[in-house]
Amino acid sequence: MKTRLLAGVALAALLALTASLRAPRPSDGATPETRIGIEHFTFLPPAMTVQAGTKVTWVNRDEETHTVTSAAGAFASPALEKGETFSYTFTAPGAYSYFCALHPYMKSTLTVQ
Amino acid sequence: MDRRGFLECMAWVGTGVVWTSAGGVLSSRTLAHAGEASAGGDFSFVQISDTHIGFTGEANKDVTRTLQEALTAVNALPTPPAFVLHTGDLTHAQKPGAFDAVAELLKTVRTERVFFVPGENDVFLDGGKEYLGRYGKGTAGGRGWQSFDYRGVHFIGLVNVLTYKADGLGSLGPEQLEWLEDDVRALPSSTPVVVFGHVPLWAVYPAWGWATGDSERALGYLRRFGSVTVLNGHIHQIMQKIEGGITFHTAMSTAFPQPAPGTASGPGPMKVPQDRLRRVLGLREVTYVQGRSALAVVDRPLA
Repeated sequence: MKTRLLAGVALAALLALTASLRAPRPSDGATPETRIGIEHFTFLPPAMTVQAGTKVTWVNRDEETHTVTSAAGAFASPALEKGETFSYTFTAPGAYSYFCALHPYMKSTLTVQ
Repeated sequence: MDRRGFLECMAWVGTGVVWTSAGGVLSSRTLAHAGEASAGGDFSFVQISDTHIGFTGEANKDVTRTLQEALTAVNALPTPPAFVLHTGDLTHAQKPGAFDAVAELLKTVRTERVFFVPGENDVFLDGGKEYLGRYGKGTAGGRGWQSFDYRGVHFIGLVNVLTYKADGLGSLGPEQLEWLEDDVRALPSSTPVVVFGHVPLWAVYPAWGWATGDSERALGYLRRFGSVTVLNGHIHQIMQKIEGGITFHTAMSTAFPQPAPGTASGPGPMKVPQDRLRRVLGLREVTYVQGRSALAVVDRPLA
């Protein structure tokens, strides 16, 4: 019984994760949007694929200051305190590596199709 | 991995940390305070680090006050320091007005001069433009790195926060490394050398970026010297390591402590009980006594 309950919880968590990873698609001419969290010194989800034209918003949920900084210089946020956000609209397809300039070991890649 | 395997893994990690800390206490505590010796070429200087002016988080609601307390402690030292080294993160994330505030506060310290190297918080926003505008004068090509001699000791200030590479570690870069090689080429190996920089020049904890990717090449130019003292900040806690003639020391912050390597989800400000805060913040006094190869390094908490 306990095992089944745990399995159910795990399945629900997996479904939630899959849903959050699914890339938004353009519809009715509105700009597609998606959010990436910064939590416990990690970009969540750690990797993401979006359609060209998507507006991506990062939100810092840590007490610590973070940034969202493109490795190739395509975009760079100012210092983000807890609760602050930074948005960038990706128009050109490609793989965008980015990191936190204050904690450069925090890295992620966003793929634009 | 089963539970037993996990525990063994934890034990291994724990052992590594204890080893590092134990080494630190040993080298830090056995060095005598040499403040009473002031004859000849003897002198002392002070290192302060990670003042993070502009920080407003829970870990310290008044970083201006704790910096003031550190400077008051410097001014109360029995032997006035010949100069002060600030090993970076003057500001917290280049907050507006923070550089001005630091400069004003440092005017109160009684010493001949303050030397600086930047931390990533001082340069990430503008690639170092404001920092170098203020403190780049007199450094090599205005790039921030520098060297000077004081009473027979050669001091080298290095910048390892301007070119972070994909590995997330600090980096000196080929241009600075070539400069360093030239800088020490003509020095006799008996010259005591002091190196100061922000990110540690030894691999304290690369998983949190607490290392400098190309530091081995820099250390290669320094290994022939009998006495090399490396002073860093960045990790907001005291750690030491001895490697041949090279002794590495990381310093306390005047603003807030950070967790020991691997003990938290990341290297952020660590909140400690208010009555403990001033025991984990502080400054460092370093004394050089002619004829002794090692410099005496004394870490002084605010309380």
